[in-house]
Amino acid sequence: MTQPVAKDAADRLGTFQLAGEADGPALVFSQPLSFWGGIDAETGEIIDHSHPGLGQNVAGRILVMPSGRGSSSSSSVLAEAIRRGTAPAGILLERPDPILAVGAIVAEFLYGKSMPLVVCDSGGIVSGDRLAIRTGTDGQAVIRAKTES
Amino acid sequence: MTLELMARDRSMLDGEQGPSAAAAMKILVAFSNAIGACGLLDISGAHIDGCLYHGKAGLDFVERLVEGGGRVQVPTTLNVGSFDLIHPGMVKMPAAEEVPARRLMKAHLELGCQATFTCAPYQTRFRPEFGQQIAWGESNAIVFANSVIGARTNRYGDFIDLCCAMTGRAPAWGLHLSENRRGRILFELDIVEAEPSDSLFVGVGLIVGQVSGDRIPVIAGLPRPRDEDQLKALGAAAATTGAVALFHAVGITPEANMLDEAFHGHAPDETIRITRADIDHALSRLSGVADGAPLAAVSLGTPHFSHEEWTRLLPMLREAAPGKGIPIYVNTGRATLTRLQEEGALAGMEAFGLIPVADTCTYVTSILERLDGVVMTNSGKWAHYAPGNIGVTVAFAEMKDCIRSAAAGHVVRGAS
Repeated sequence: MTQPVAKDAADRLGTFQLAGEADGPALVFSQPLSFWGGIDAETGEIIDHSHPGLGQNVAGRILVMPSGRGSSSSSSVLAEAIRRGTAPAGILLERPDPILAVGAIVAEFLYGKSMPLVVCDSGGIVSGDRLAIRTGTDGQAVIRAKTES
Repeated sequence: MTLELMARDRSMLDGEQGPSAAAAMKILVAFSNAIGACGLLDISGAHIDGCLYHGKAGLDFVERLVEGGGRVQVPTTLNVGSFDLIHPGMVKMPAAEEVPARRLMKAHLELGCQATFTCAPYQTRFRPEFGQQIAWGESNAIVFANSVIGARTNRYGDFIDLCCAMTGRAPAWGLHLSENRRGRILFELDIVEAEPSDSLFVGVGLIVGQVSGDRIPVIAGLPRPRDEDQLKALGAAAATTGAVALFHAVGITPEANMLDEAFHGHAPDETIRITRADIDHALSRLSGVADGAPLAAVSLGTPHFSHEEWTRLLPMLREAAPGKGIPIYVNTGRATLTRLQEEGALAGMEAFGLIPVADTCTYVTSILERLDGVVMTNSGKWAHYAPGNIGVTVAFAEMKDCIRSAAAGHVVRGAS
């Protein structure tokens, strides 16, 4: 289902807030996005008028941003998006976010659907990069970027 | 880091206290692992932000706990829901959504939560005390409890706040622990106002939220607020533009009598100066229209209006006597509304367009009659979220200007 990893691709390591595997194109924002008030759970579309990603869609992407933001209702919106299949395939953050972690944990508890949440240095990742999130031998998150060649 | 559980925690996890407590503890443990907590601590109260219907997931979760026969273990208040249960017919919603949204509010009551349905639980009889460990959801409530009261909570989201309430436990991490309440970034205000306006506090909050990231902000030079509602507006704005869960205001908030105390004797990582021009710029971004634009409605009370805010509003309404039929929605807690009704304070006010809204908020559900015009608000939080949530154009202003504009029929701002 995924392309082979290119030889020059450097794996980066991260810490799982919630473990799992995911593949998808990166959607990178330098500005944090609040799921509540920021994403329409029915479609996955970004609806926050103050966010540069307005109008883009997070569904199936690996969402990459510095941190979570804003209202604590984001947990519910994320859980609902996971239930509907409109959520990102995975999320990479520079700093851990408890509110997104809760949404992902509860969605897994209720529906058995996993959406990995990883804390790692995301410098150098740009939107459109094909990313894969895997579990390393020691339980760490392994993020593999597959550059098109 | 390994999570250490006490015998009581294990007993819950093993199902000895029923399936609901087991489910709540299971999620609490997964969450504690996700955030790297070493153990759990006792809480004395909880505030649940789970009554807004965001879709089936929220209801599925609560129904699972109800089916398991669970009850909350500590006094537990509820945040706003999707309905105004006090004023039937206020909220317009398709039946397919109305049934689960109503059920969500009721299911929480079946778990033993209090029917407060307010985002300002700190202005109810369930207000926590300085130093108390609590597990609260709702970003504005969290920042108020930590900053203005000095109670201790992290930013708990939906679900986890309820898991804490169902177990009486919270992860021992973050702002529950003294060492993590230290200020990191200093904001120096270069503004002198003898009677500081409400919008000054909103503006400071917007900037502090935007700049702080996950660093705890310390504000020096903040003019002494008229009342705690100005700090409530500051916190709500900071928790809207950022992830602020605690701010210190030197000489004003309880853990910051002196600058040194706020920083626990350390130096700030960074110092930011805020000028009047910075405030004006931040506030101007909340308005999508210029003065003179025709007005469709006014929305006040985000966070929910306190009794004191009502006491300021009602004389303004009488004085301006708006008569153009422009609705003035005011979101408030049902306990506050009951008190006002008992006092007879609202008699005749509907003639000025006043529409009190309880249990919910005008930007989270379908209340506004017209969405095609400009809505004026004195809330930084409402101004930020309403365009995305309900698709309105917003003009931000002081409460007094909102009322004057309702009387004029168009946006009027600035000195008398």
